Amino acid sequence: MSNIIIFTIATLAILGLLLAIVLYIIAQKFKVEEDPRIDEVEAIMPGANCGGCGLAGCRAFAECAVKEGLSSIYCPVGGNDTMQKVAQTLGLTVEQKAPQVAVVRCSGTCDKRKKTSVYDGLATCSTIASLYGGDTDCSFGCLGRGDCEAVCQFDAIKVNPQTGIAEVDEEKCTACGACVKACPKLIIELRNKGPKGRRVYVACSNKDKGAVARKACLAACIGCSKCAKECAFEAITAENNLAYIDFNKCKMCRKCVIACPTGAIHETNMPPRPAPKPAAQPVAKPVAEEKVNMLNN
Amino acid sequence: MRTFKLGGVHPADKKISKDAKIEKLPIPEVVYISMGQHLGAPAEPCVAVGDKVKVGTLIANAAGFVSAPVHSSVSGTVKQITAIKDLAGKPSKTVVIEVEGDEWEESIDRSSDIVREIKLGQKEIVERIKCCGVVGLGGATFPTNIKLSPPPTAKPTCVIINGAECEPYLTSDYRVMMEYGEQVLIGGEILMKALGVDKCYVGIEENKPEAISHLKELASKNHPRIEIVKLKKKYPQGGEKQLIDAVIKKRVPSGGLPVDTGAVVQNVGTAFAVYEAVQKNKPLFEGVLTVTGDCSNAQRNFFHRVGTPLSFIAKYCGGIPAEAAKIVSGGPMMGKAVVNMEAPTLKGSSSILYLTKKQTLRHQESNCIRCSKCVSACPMGLEPYLLNKLGRVGMMDELEAHYVYDCIECGCCQFTCPAYIPLLDTIRQSKAAVMKIMRARPKK
Repeated sequence: MSNIIIFTIATLAILGLLLAIVLYIIAQKFKVEEDPRIDEVEAIMPGANCGGCGLAGCRAFAECAVKEGLSSIYCPVGGNDTMQKVAQTLGLTVEQKAPQVAVVRCSGTCDKRKKTSVYDGLATCSTIASLYGGDTDCSFGCLGRGDCEAVCQFDAIKVNPQTGIAEVDEEKCTACGACVKACPKLIIELRNKGPKGRRVYVACSNKDKGAVARKACLAACIGCSKCAKECAFEAITAENNLAYIDFNKCKMCRKCVIACPTGAIHETNMPPRPAPKPAAQPVAKPVAEEKVNMLNN
Repeated sequence: MRTFKLGGVHPADKKISKDAKIEKLPIPEVVYISMGQHLGAPAEPCVAVGDKVKVGTLIANAAGFVSAPVHSSVSGTVKQITAIKDLAGKPSKTVVIEVEGDEWEESIDRSSDIVREIKLGQKEIVERIKCCGVVGLGGATFPTNIKLSPPPTAKPTCVIINGAECEPYLTSDYRVMMEYGEQVLIGGEILMKALGVDKCYVGIEENKPEAISHLKELASKNHPRIEIVKLKKKYPQGGEKQLIDAVIKKRVPSGGLPVDTGAVVQNVGTAFAVYEAVQKNKPLFEGVLTVTGDCSNAQRNFFHRVGTPLSFIAKYCGGIPAEAAKIVSGGPMMGKAVVNMEAPTLKGSSSILYLTKKQTLRHQESNCIRCSKCVSACPMGLEPYLLNKLGRVGMMDELEAHYVYDCIECGCCQFTCPAYIPLLDTIRQSKAAVMKIMRARPKK
């Protein structure tokens, strides 16, 4: 009886040893040399695997960063901090980029944009967009079925049931761009977050002629170009009956916000307006300071 | 009696307007002629604002291989060339013409004599059809001349004229067969000559016995090469692939063209348009349209000039009924819901259908119980329940492996589903996404 036990143990031990040697030889022979820096970089990454950089995930980003450097890729989720750390690890330098945020270019809330038809099919924006212009007269605006909400991994964009349009939580938004791709109406845009989250943008995508747009939605951009005339910095262009503010040129004087007859231009996180004085200086000064702050960040 | 093998459903018949003769609809004061009336690239306008046009004047050239020219349906002055919302509320380039009188191009033969002798040669016929902007009037509005110039590898053996009209309510094809049967059959002869074949079938469903006997009589008199085929009543018999299966018992291979089976299918309306284009030199600017519905104030069939606003037709027929909850252009199974009644009619417009609230109400979707009713109903032999699931999680490779691109969007699956799952909605989405991926792939 004891012989059997000893024999069994001995056989298994020898077998194990032999196989271990075989495995060791194979492991040495077919060893994959991988740059250890890839693991290091991956550890620094946010780990969201969102694809916001345009690559398959954080591991792919790390591989690309080690092999090809940081000139062509950027992690919008980690932002400048992460990019700085990655650059330090790899001994490279990286350009600072202004942080961005997703902006929904539609302000056609339920009270401003009346429903003209009832849609009871599959409740996704892409289905509606493939079938018809939408359940309001505006065929450019937010459809409010939440395709953007479904793809957002950061819980940052949600359709507000009261207003019927998507709203971005800028604290949570990482500018990964998933919603931009998911929106069939192409109304979501990545814009510079701006100093202290201050932004001025046209919250409308309607390219219809003024009268048609206005009839469909009270908050539509009617392409009147009043904002463009008001702007001293040539930041606003009005093409195809729709105004657009270039965030690189905008100095956030907010004159366009006042000039807009329909309230289609929105401002965010702005301090209360100073009392209307003819002097332009008090407005210009803080802007200059903010610009310095932005560069320091 | 012949029919297609796989799947199919039996929606209620409802051919209420079948005894109403085709009337001439009055011409409105302004017509809106869309440039996107056919499958493929929208036509390119060749008139300018202020130009005088006559009925039948060319106003837009075909822009590309799959495209068709557009002709004026009225005489008058071009007022505007602008984007106007179509019946789905999507903007489309449109030529707006203010109507002045009713003066036709001299080249059009306006007499009602039936011209039997086909003078044009094979190539000239195809060229004439192309120039006259004839497109398939069975629903897809595919340019007819392309179907009549099959690739050199394909060998057409017969023409099938589609008189199935399997959609409930629609009666425009039926009325054309009853009132213009001889012209349709001559159209068949022209199509045979254009393709160089000597067999033609006309497939008609059994619920139209008058049309079958009428055409049989006409065919036996003057057209020995045309055979009238009685088909069982089943939807979607009017689908090109289904009709080929039903009439000549051949299945179109997956990913192949219908002409691979040797058959070229044209609708009854198209055959009539071909007759008018070739024998009367009349471009396609008029179509037959049914105004119907259980709650409709009138049950009528009209010749409408392309570009007539839907609201004008509705008003002429006594207005939109109060009970109408949904207005559909086309049949109830495959037609499009109308959200903009100011939109103009197109070459392919076949109806204005008023549906009541009860008919259109969608039920609350519940879980799939895998009863496989959708699988038995699918005329293409697909598995709609599976495609729906795969589509909702975006598994594109799997969808392609399960032939989602073969879907003809007939809606049989959704019609039979006892759980009220919007199968067609999801499958249509996935099909579009998969086709996009397939087209982007480099060709071997």
